[in-house]
Amino acid sequence: MAVEKMSLAKALNESLRKALDTDPKVLIMGEDVGKLGGVFRITDGLQKDFGEERVIDTPLAESGIVGTAIGLALRGYRPVVEIQFDGFVFPAYDQIVTQLAKMHARALGKIKLPVVVRIPYGGGIGAVEHHSESPEALFAHVAGLKVVSPSNASDGYWMLQQAIQSDDPVIFFEPKRRYWDKGEVDIESIPDPLHAARVARTGTDLTLAAYGPMVKVCLEAAAAAQEEGKSVEVLDLRSMSPIDFDAVQRSVEKTRRLVVVHEAPVFYGSGAEIAARITERCFYHLEAPVLRVGGFHAPYPPARLEEEYLPGLDRVLDAVDRSLAY
Amino acid sequence: MTVESTAARKPRRSSKRVSAAKKPASSEPQLVQLLTPEGERVEHPDYDIDLSPEELRGLYRDMVLTRRFDAEATALQRQGELGLWASLLGQEAAQIGSGRALRDDDYVFPTYREHGVAWCRGVDPTNLLGMFRGVNHGGWDPNSNNFHLYTIVIGSQTLHATGYAMGVAKDGADSAVIAYFGDGASSQGDVAESFTFSAVYNAPVVFFCQNNQWAISEPTERQTRVPLYQRAQGFGFPGVRVDGNDVLACLAVTRSALERARRGEGPTLVEAFTYRMGAHTTSDDPTKYRHDDERQAWEAKDPILRLRTYLENQGLADEAFFTELDKESDVLAKRVREAVRAMPDPDHMAIFDNVYADGHALVDEERAQFAAYQASFADASEEGK
Ligand SMILES: Cc1ncc(C[n+]2csc(CCOP(=O)(O)OP(=O)(O)O)c2C)c(N)n1
Repeated sequence: MAVEKMSLAKALNESLRKALDTDPKVLIMGEDVGKLGGVFRITDGLQKDFGEERVIDTPLAESGIVGTAIGLALRGYRPVVEIQFDGFVFPAYDQIVTQLAKMHARALGKIKLPVVVRIPYGGGIGAVEHHSESPEALFAHVAGLKVVSPSNASDGYWMLQQAIQSDDPVIFFEPKRRYWDKGEVDIESIPDPLHAARVARTGTDLTLAAYGPMVKVCLEAAAAAQEEGKSVEVLDLRSMSPIDFDAVQRSVEKTRRLVVVHEAPVFYGSGAEIAARITERCFYHLEAPVLRVGGFHAPYPPARLEEEYLPGLDRVLDAVDRSLAY
Repeated sequence: MTVESTAARKPRRSSKRVSAAKKPASSEPQLVQLLTPEGERVEHPDYDIDLSPEELRGLYRDMVLTRRFDAEATALQRQGELGLWASLLGQEAAQIGSGRALRDDDYVFPTYREHGVAWCRGVDPTNLLGMFRGVNHGGWDPNSNNFHLYTIVIGSQTLHATGYAMGVAKDGADSAVIAYFGDGASSQGDVAESFTFSAVYNAPVVFFCQNNQWAISEPTERQTRVPLYQRAQGFGFPGVRVDGNDVLACLAVTRSALERARRGEGPTLVEAFTYRMGAHTTSDDPTKYRHDDERQAWEAKDPILRLRTYLENQGLADEAFFTELDKESDVLAKRVREAVRAMPDPDHMAIFDNVYADGHALVDEERAQFAAYQASFADASEEGK
């Protein structure tokens, strides 16, 4: 076994290194990804080792980054592009939604678009405007895209390589406030499939479903609930499109209660989708309505207020209590 | 550098006399021309071209057949066989000239009006009609003729072309890539970004802008204050304006730009100065925004007529050639008409086809639900018997 302890950031870096090493068609593109190694250093050292032809500093033009990545993919390359921060993906949103997502279908399946768009997302790092958002639902809503988010180093390592190997476009959301959290990575293990949810903690009284940055919060909430004698199961969804509803259903049939937690605004968010589907699938098993904990229908607030905005331990535990009270 | 007369031209709607008073395109200083509207062969110091009589007849044939195909598609739209059609009438020289400059291994990124270029690539013209009939959103394999799908979102494809060209350069291949777009599209950010990317990466791409003077109802003056070809200068690569109704000049200029790309010297912007003779699409009514005298002025510059005059005056084509071509046009039109009418509606389940290359659980689930729903009608009608 080759188990190493490393941060999520390091795991992503190792993952990219492995992908560049294994497949000469893999390219890294983005703003500052070369010499600087990216503003979060996820691509640190890669240009030094693989050269400017493989790790490409681009002009500051997000539509251009994704649009040219599409062209490179059409030529047989597998571009992995970095969008510097969540709030800056929107100039590229047109290319992602109108072009990247649909081209495979429009060509009757004759061409493939293996493009990965990496987006550091979410709050909790005290950043300025446009550096803390969670736009995942905007992408998950679009057919033709796959949307995933690792919550820990091991998933960071494996899921990124799986995303790069996928012949579909994958929007890869990286929880930026977890970049420095360390975890064990077994670089020889056989990983879970990219879109399978994982039971992060078993429990019998209630299920907390989360992904990305909120998995850790939910694990802490489950530990706190345990002290009060409540057994809470935590599901790490890992993939927002597709969603592993079978795994959620299995858990809810056991616990009979579900709370979905994410940073993104609750309104029209992934929690709404999960609540609706699980209500349909588990109507006779549920003891309580599916509850949601997430952001408000308001712009992401200035950093001094983000602790109020982000779902923390207390808001999650409050939802657990409300569910159990039914 | 002097800003030529087009930049100073006033918006047409402000004065009825403007278009009549306008200098003809052929007299504009920067316009590359090899065949005048009167069908006279002229020389240009930078763009010499020597074509055999057979090649000249070939270009004429391409333009005539493309125009006939286009007219047939317009008629099919009127007959309710197509939901929409974007006619290329008037732009045959720009498309056939540039299209015939391409090599098989070059790659084309068109917008939605490049029927003549598709013709040059050997794409079966009936394939172009599927999306206008509403049976698909593309309908051909882009790799079988190196002709990408039509792109509706204007300007998007210029970035795909640039990325593809970056890949060509990485592969060490000497193919070139060509991106088509309109004068309206030139205002889109993606086009500017593709200029930036192609310049800084020295990508082997030719930007072929068909300035047909109008973006639906908006004149070129609403897109730019300088002649479009001059834009390239600010990005660090050459721009050239060619008489877009002169098939020889379009061929020569595009060929030269492609060769430049192949030599590793990077992008070129070609502005083909032409005119859209018809409506923007079959849904458009150009009488609301442009005067008929403008169209008449451009009719005198018709790309097909001038080549015919040249062929006839030089004795390069006889009556039999023209008669034969008429017959060939009729056959093509008939084939297209029959093919469109025979085009089946897609199977209901096609909604779920090719959404993903690797599959997706939600698509599988919805496909199964929809299939069961559809089957319930069949069951119900069985029971009714
Ligand atoms: C991004 C975008 N905005 C608007 C439209 C609607 N539209 C379709 S064609 C067109 C005009 C394009 O003009 P131009 O680029 O000059 O090309 P032409 O049609 O004249 O060949 C417009 C506004 C579109 N397709 N895409």
